[in-house]
Order: sequence, then structure tokens, then C-alpha cells
Amino acid sequence: MRVGTNAYLLLGAVLFTIGVIGVLVRRNAIVVFMCVELMLNAVNLSFIAFARRNGTLDGQVLSFFVMVVAAAEVVVGLGILVAIFRKRSSISVDDVNLLRG
Amino acid sequence: MSILAATAAERAELITFVPLAVLSLVSAVGMVTSRNAVYSALLLVVNFFCLAGFYVLLQAQFLAAVQVIVYAGAIMVLFLFVLMLLGIGNQEVVSETIPGQRVTAGVLGVLLLVVVAVAVVNGGLSGGAGDLAAANAGGNVQAVGRLMFTRYVFAFEATGILLVVAAVGALVLGKRRP
Repeated sequence: MRVGTNAYLLLGAVLFTIGVIGVLVRRNAIVVFMCVELMLNAVNLSFIAFARRNGTLDGQVLSFFVMVVAAAEVVVGLGILVAIFRKRSSISVDDVNLLRG
Repeated sequence: MSILAATAAERAELITFVPLAVLSLVSAVGMVTSRNAVYSALLLVVNFFCLAGFYVLLQAQFLAAVQVIVYAGAIMVLFLFVLMLLGIGNQEVVSETIPGQRVTAGVLGVLLLVVVAVAVVNGGLSGGAGDLAAANAGGNVQAVGRLMFTRYVFAFEATGILLVVAAVGALVLGKRRP
């Protein structure tokens, strides 16, 4: 039997949930970032599963754009983390409670 | 619908999917639960490789290569670089700052999963898996490239601007102020 679209969608949902729980539970800001990456990848998996189901490649192109945006987001996010660490010597999300540098 | 009645290709998809699914779930759970941030990063690399395997199963060969090169290569190297730069010695605080945070997070996560799973199961997608053989006829890379430079060319140019802005922003953030 073929592995249906539903199997991929459910797997993506489980991976997305693991990412959500990680974002809610973890304190280390870098690990929180990794969990966000996991969520983005779970959604990419759904896009590509839908692309195969529809028989068109639009889902794959969209997934490619998600990857590009994720790369840009990681660059800026890690830059912010390094700047915060220089200021406070900590990357725990509990210690970041001011918007002003 | 038994495994024995399927063709060789269908059997191959099934026996590739199940171990990859198990490995991706185990590595994701391990990433969230591991105390050491470096272990988390390495388990996330394993997870990205599993996803690249799924992309091959889903006839997205170009994205599988991009996943390995960009995600497992470039982005995770950036993560590990920052981890090493900031020092991995400081272990994470184990105690909860908000009382009952972990239990609440778990309950909310399971609720989200139940809602999404019910939506997927009731979405009327149960039959068939689709096929990209027609769309991929001239090669997956060629087909994706053709779509990207015709219908989605404006979005493609916009991502170029986005990447430039991100690079400049990272430079500004990383600069030491006098």
C-alpha cells in the first residue's frame, strides 16, 4: 500500500507539537530557536505532502521560500542572542525582560 | 491492502517511511528533552536528515538536497558556532519559574495535537497519495526552477532583498559599539 498523505500530515502535526512544547518548556534561547526550526520543518513536510497529492510543484516552491525565510530568521535571531549575551552574560529567556538595551 | 499485495515500489516506500518516522520522532523528543544544548543541536541534524528522506519519498529531490545542504549544513553550523561562542558550560536552570509550566505546556501541546489530528482525519484526504510523475517529467530541479522563475519570480526577488536585509542586520547587531 502507498503511504498516504494523511500519514505525512499526522507526522508533521506530531513534530509541530513537539516543537511547540519545546518552545513553551525550554529556557535556553538557542534551544527555543531550534524548536522553532523544528516547527518550520514540520510545516514544510505538510506542504510537500500536499504538493504530491495535488500533482503540482507549487507546494515545493512555497517550501523552498519557507527555507529561505528560516535562514534569514536564524541569522538575525542568533545576532540578537549574541548581542543580548554581551549585555547580560546569559541566554536564558527568563533573564530577558527589557526591550531597551 | 496487505503488504504482500503491493508492488515493489509501494513496499519500498512503506518500509522506508516507518523507520524514518520513528527516528524523526525519537530525535525530536530527544532534542526537546536533552539537557545539553549541543546534544539538542546534533539530534536536530538527525531530524533534518530524516525529513530529507521524506522529501525523497515525496518526489521532491531538489528540496531534499537543499534540506541537507542548507539546513543540516549551513544553519546547524551557525547554531553550533553560536553555542560554542557563548559557552556551553552554563547549564540550564532546572527549576520552574512559573508554577506548573511544564504540565500546562504538555496539556496545551496535546490539545493542539488532538485538534490538528481530528482536522487531518476529517479532512477527506484518506484515499490516494497523488503522484508527481507528470509534473516531474523533465526532472524535478528543472520543473521547480521553471516555476520559481516564472510564476513566483516576484517572490523570488523579494527573498533576495530579504536575505540582503538579514545579512546587513546581522552585521549591525554583531558590531561592538564604541
